[in-house]
Amino acid sequence: MATTAIPKPGAVTMVDAIRQAMTEEMERDAAVVAIGEDIGVYGGAFKVTDGLLAKFGRERVIETPIAETAIIGAACGMSFLGLRPVCEMQFIDFIACCFNQVTNFVAKSHYLWDAPVPIVIRGPSGGGVHGGPFHSANPEMYFVHTPGLKVIYPSTPSDAKGLLKSAIRDNNPVLFFEHKYLYRRLKEEMPAGDHLVPIGKAAVRRAGRDLTIISYAAMVHTAMEAAEELAKDGIDAEVIDLRTLLPLDKETILDSVKKTNKLLIVHEDTRTGGIAGEIAAIVCENAFEDLDGPIERVTALDTPVPYSPPLEEHFLPNTAKVVAAARNLAKY
Amino acid sequence: MAEPLKREQYLDLYYYMQLNRQLEERMVRLFRQNKIVGGLYSSLGQEAVSVGTCFAMEKRDWIAPMIRNIGALLVKGVPPRDIFTQHMAKYTSPTKGKDGTSHFGDLKVRHIVSPISMLGDLIPVMTGVAMAGRYLGQNIVALTWIGDGGSSTGAFHEGLGLAAAQKAPFVLIVENNQWAYSTPVSRQVPVKNLADRAVGYGIASTIVDGNDVVAVYNATKDAVTECRAGRGPHLIEAKTMRMRGHAQHDPAEYVPKEMFEYWKARDPIVLYEKYLTENKIWDEKTKAEIVARIERELDVEQKFAEESPMPPPEFAEVGVYCDDSCHKIAADWKRSKSEVMPPKSSFDPGWKLEDLGRLGEIPTAKEVTASSGGNGAKANGPQARHVTPALPPQSFVNVPIAPREPAQPFAATEVAEPAEPRIPFGRGPKDKAFRESPDNPQNKSYGRGAQNKTFRKGPPEKSFNKGGQNKSFTKNTAGKNFSKGPQGKSGRG
Repeated sequence: MATTAIPKPGAVTMVDAIRQAMTEEMERDAAVVAIGEDIGVYGGAFKVTDGLLAKFGRERVIETPIAETAIIGAACGMSFLGLRPVCEMQFIDFIACCFNQVTNFVAKSHYLWDAPVPIVIRGPSGGGVHGGPFHSANPEMYFVHTPGLKVIYPSTPSDAKGLLKSAIRDNNPVLFFEHKYLYRRLKEEMPAGDHLVPIGKAAVRRAGRDLTIISYAAMVHTAMEAAEELAKDGIDAEVIDLRTLLPLDKETILDSVKKTNKLLIVHEDTRTGGIAGEIAAIVCENAFEDLDGPIERVTALDTPVPYSPPLEEHFLPNTAKVVAAARNLAKY
Repeated sequence: MAEPLKREQYLDLYYYMQLNRQLEERMVRLFRQNKIVGGLYSSLGQEAVSVGTCFAMEKRDWIAPMIRNIGALLVKGVPPRDIFTQHMAKYTSPTKGKDGTSHFGDLKVRHIVSPISMLGDLIPVMTGVAMAGRYLGQNIVALTWIGDGGSSTGAFHEGLGLAAAQKAPFVLIVENNQWAYSTPVSRQVPVKNLADRAVGYGIASTIVDGNDVVAVYNATKDAVTECRAGRGPHLIEAKTMRMRGHAQHDPAEYVPKEMFEYWKARDPIVLYEKYLTENKIWDEKTKAEIVARIERELDVEQKFAEESPMPPPEFAEVGVYCDDSCHKIAADWKRSKSEVMPPKSSFDPGWKLEDLGRLGEIPTAKEVTASSGGNGAKANGPQARHVTPALPPQSFVNVPIAPREPAQPFAATEVAEPAEPRIPFGRGPKDKAFRESPDNPQNKSYGRGAQNKTFRKGPPEKSFNKGGQNKSFTKNTAGKNFSKGPQGKSGRG
């Protein structure tokens, strides 16, 4: 099985990589515009869009009132005239404010009346930074459950860049989750040239033969740490980074399970209704007889994201929890 | 002021209003014959709003109708068969049966954005259309309608706020038909005129008699002209009356009889017929010709719809996503792209604020007390209205974060084939001690006390419940053994 190794460490953070992707696409295509709150003079709450206003002007870097429904609605309207707006949610938690616009108008337009909506909705998501219950959410599954959308959740700067560029060029509405814990902790060298990563393709981050750990976003790194830990015990784990949650790369998942016969799914999203359940169903439907043990999940608790560090750390999955689950699974 | 209409245009206004009404009356008959699949919403009495507003739009302009704006669709050139087939859920309808009523659009030719049932959503969408048209140099105006009921939604406020902040070439028709389903407008919105709300957004507004098609046309034409000149957005309140219930199922018994009587005497088509006669724009012969033409056209269109097939069931699976083969997305640029590309687009950003937030005139406490009814306190002289300044919100952005080990990039390693053959599923952990230990998650209890693992051992001794259900899983309801169940396999070597 082909593995996608990550290039050697470099100087580019995920924030920089996303900014590079937006800059390159806006330079390439005048139809690409940015819209969101405080994305211009201030450069965005996390400085992702820093410098774009100076370069592209107010017509293309559109600062809006605090009105998420207006942002998504306007972007949708712009796309009907052939523009490709990239919308920023200041924190992805606030996408709840425009849930109707996203799930009822944007997602259904192509199916119902043949109107493509080529917009990207991006924003910082995820916990581990003690942002509290309204600044730490992982709401991806609301949208994975919505036909018509695509959902991307990268784990590395180069993937963030390549996938965002692909998302901007895609003819469908794409939700692009940026894990804020990874924004500045991970530095990487960017591949040269017009770096595109295909939507809907998972990456095998570590090949292994004893069990498969499937994850995405920040938890990929937790899974990798766990795999190194497990290697000390002689357990050889394969780590798969989904990268795209909708459409899901079933082929890579099933190929890996058929090889290792054991599956552990790790995600930072809460447990009930998380993607682990869907993956478990897919594996049971397609590779039941290849399984040597129960499908295990390590996920966040079924609670809101708590604020206080000891509470949040208890809420989140971590390397120790993944290692413990993997050790149990390896015993089969 | 809008230029006076030519005779043919006056007659066209009549044609579209009458076409709108006759089309809907035919649909009521089809509804009663069970040929309409879902609900049917009447715009009886509101034809002048749909037709008069849309008649003021040019071909290049964009509209997004509501469910009661079938007249606007007709003016935009939508053939009546599209409306018949949509309501009858036929494969020949614009959405090929995927949605009903007037829920369809046309991006390429007629510039119509499809409505959805969530009211208010079209206001930000059409604001975006207006902004994109300006960006591309197309000099278009975008227009949508909202009811008195829909004007209470958050999307109304968010959309109009953005349109105002962007000075978008956008016209919003607030079609005040007095009723939001069963609730009168006075119980929804405690303002005299819905147009008064425009003040709160800092935009221009007009109030018009929604049953006078010429007045509606003139008001819209003026608003469209203002928007095209860069002085948008504009809100028009058209006062009218919904002459039926919310939909066919609703007899509207909550509407006072006198209210229906008042508005029946103001029927927009009857009023306009009188206008055309008094102004000698037509004669009886012309009228008869128009009515006959409408009958002829609708006969053909209705027949087409009734004879159309329903969609094939598998068509439900088609079209969730747009791939490269189904649409080529390209903007129609009417200005040079170089104007929005660096270096031309580059500038030195920063806010240039004129008033620097200085205090202007603030109402005195006396004025405030007087307007709010007062609590008896008689304030002497000017006083500040607001005494507690709000504290700046706490930023979440630069919250210090507990250090963690930086994540390391990872590299792939090659793997050899597994040395030992795998143990098939279902036998549990190889290590017997672990298999039976409470550490094994499979041994977790779910409130049934210590688990007796009978699951893999064939016929369980007991049922999963300790209560009265002691039926064996290997017996069927007749008490006989299952011939061969998956659990009865002795092994799967």
